[in-house]
Amino acid sequence: MSKQEIRSQLPGVFYRKPAPDSPVYKNDGDSVGPDDVIGLVEVMKSFHEVKAGLTGKSIRFVAENEEPVMAGDVIAEVEA
Amino acid sequence: MRSVLVANRGEIAVRIVRAAKELGLRTIQVYSAADADSLAVRLADEAVQIGPASARKSYLNIEAIVEAARSVGADAIHPGYGFLAENADFADAVMAAGIRFVGPSGSSIRLLGDKVAAREAAKNAGVPTVPGSDGRVTDVKAATRLAEDIGFPVMIKAAAGGGGRGIRIVHNADAFEGQFHQASAEAAAAFGDGGLYIEKVIEKARHIEVRILGDGTNFVHCFERECSLQRRRQKVWEEAPAFRLPREVRARLCASAVELARSVGYTGAGTVEYLYDDVTREFYFIEVNTRIQVEHPVTEMITGIDLVQEMLKIAADEPLSVRQEDIAISGHAIECRINAEDPFKDFQPWPGTIDRLGVPEDRNVRFDTMLFEGYTVPPFYDSLLGKLIVRGDTREECLSRLSEALAELEIGGIPTTVPLHRALARDPDVAAGNFHTRFLEKWLETGLAAERIGMEVAK
Repeated sequence: MSKQEIRSQLPGVFYRKPAPDSPVYKNDGDSVGPDDVIGLVEVMKSFHEVKAGLTGKSIRFVAENEEPVMAGDVIAEVEA
Repeated sequence: MRSVLVANRGEIAVRIVRAAKELGLRTIQVYSAADADSLAVRLADEAVQIGPASARKSYLNIEAIVEAARSVGADAIHPGYGFLAENADFADAVMAAGIRFVGPSGSSIRLLGDKVAAREAAKNAGVPTVPGSDGRVTDVKAATRLAEDIGFPVMIKAAAGGGGRGIRIVHNADAFEGQFHQASAEAAAAFGDGGLYIEKVIEKARHIEVRILGDGTNFVHCFERECSLQRRRQKVWEEAPAFRLPREVRARLCASAVELARSVGYTGAGTVEYLYDDVTREFYFIEVNTRIQVEHPVTEMITGIDLVQEMLKIAADEPLSVRQEDIAISGHAIECRINAEDPFKDFQPWPGTIDRLGVPEDRNVRFDTMLFEGYTVPPFYDSLLGKLIVRGDTREECLSRLSEALAELEIGGIPTTVPLHRALARDPDVAAGNFHTRFLEKWLETGLAAERIGMEVAK
């Protein structure tokens, strides 16, 4: 099966939820569509949505919630 | 008191380390994993890592900071601004560890940090407040009636909010009830406290604030600052003193801030914020900041007082070194906040490496910053890179000197808000002082266009 990667365009802190007490945008194993939001990256106190940008059957997160990411880091892998 | 630990980062950490060193204090800088290479760490006598990049696990981690202070035997902790500066539990924890807190007591922070309690304290001290609810309102019907009495537009504000957060403006009675419920839910989620209060919107108000100092017994003001140029309720450009303020209004304004400080037995440096209505010449209390403020240098430039050193001396139990009659306004000062944001791309924040830094050198120009060539601005904290502060004998001289300084200031490697300030410094409305708190957002729709064309031509 082919695997694709979703990378962060921005450096910052990665969040899997819209707010601390909300459910995660996506769980490991969920399917994704191109416009699906899979997380947020906080850059200097401003929040930017991360969209999947591709279609896939199953997503697996590589980046940890609330941990730093650099621009170009892989956030998640998606099986087609 | 022989040593102080700086529980902050960025330009204010550099400012505090320098002020403490001038007083002969040993300085200890705490830092996160992302700040190991910072200027404050390099300048301080000692540095202690307190956690990973995430502010929640480092600069907001009370336990880690108090433990760091214990481990190096720090006599005092200066909290700077932001992070834990106005956290009463932090002040209490520092004191409980037998360490001096450079700021007011936890109970003062708690009292003045609660918007409703602070408004009551202001009223009791005879300080005019914006027409609005007497404290918190819980019943939506009563709140609607009150809003109609005050007259729309009104603001619904979160009791636990601050710094421009937790505020909604409602323009008519029909929308009020829905907005009230939403505001309550939002406040509960954001601040853990759904309490609300209501205030009249003062149209075309100016934001004017008074710097106060107190040692618990003596209380003085260091005159006022004008902070009306704001974007999304964040200050962008500050001046001291406020221009076109009648002498009699200035006297009443500053006296009211001192009265409020006296009424709560204030210790340390603080700021009483007001809205000022240019037309009616009325001023109204908004809130108190119980800390050093970003814009403190404009006050220092016109009064000659070193506010950070004064805070440290107060923490060491020294009485105020200045009497009210010794404090006078000399000239005019303007501060521009230089942020790592692209003003031509909706102020998109932009971390990265500084490859060139050129700072104007003039005794009337000051650049407070944490930058150096080769420094990489991390993405984890706010976007403030530094503050350019310029003094002139008159506001006119100050503005022309500011234009020169902004032309000389060079920060290479990342976009900054310098072009915004260049455009503001030569704007006729800014020169005439025709602005209020909502001026800048409107101005941004057109005012930056010429600056962008000029930059493209230069390229």
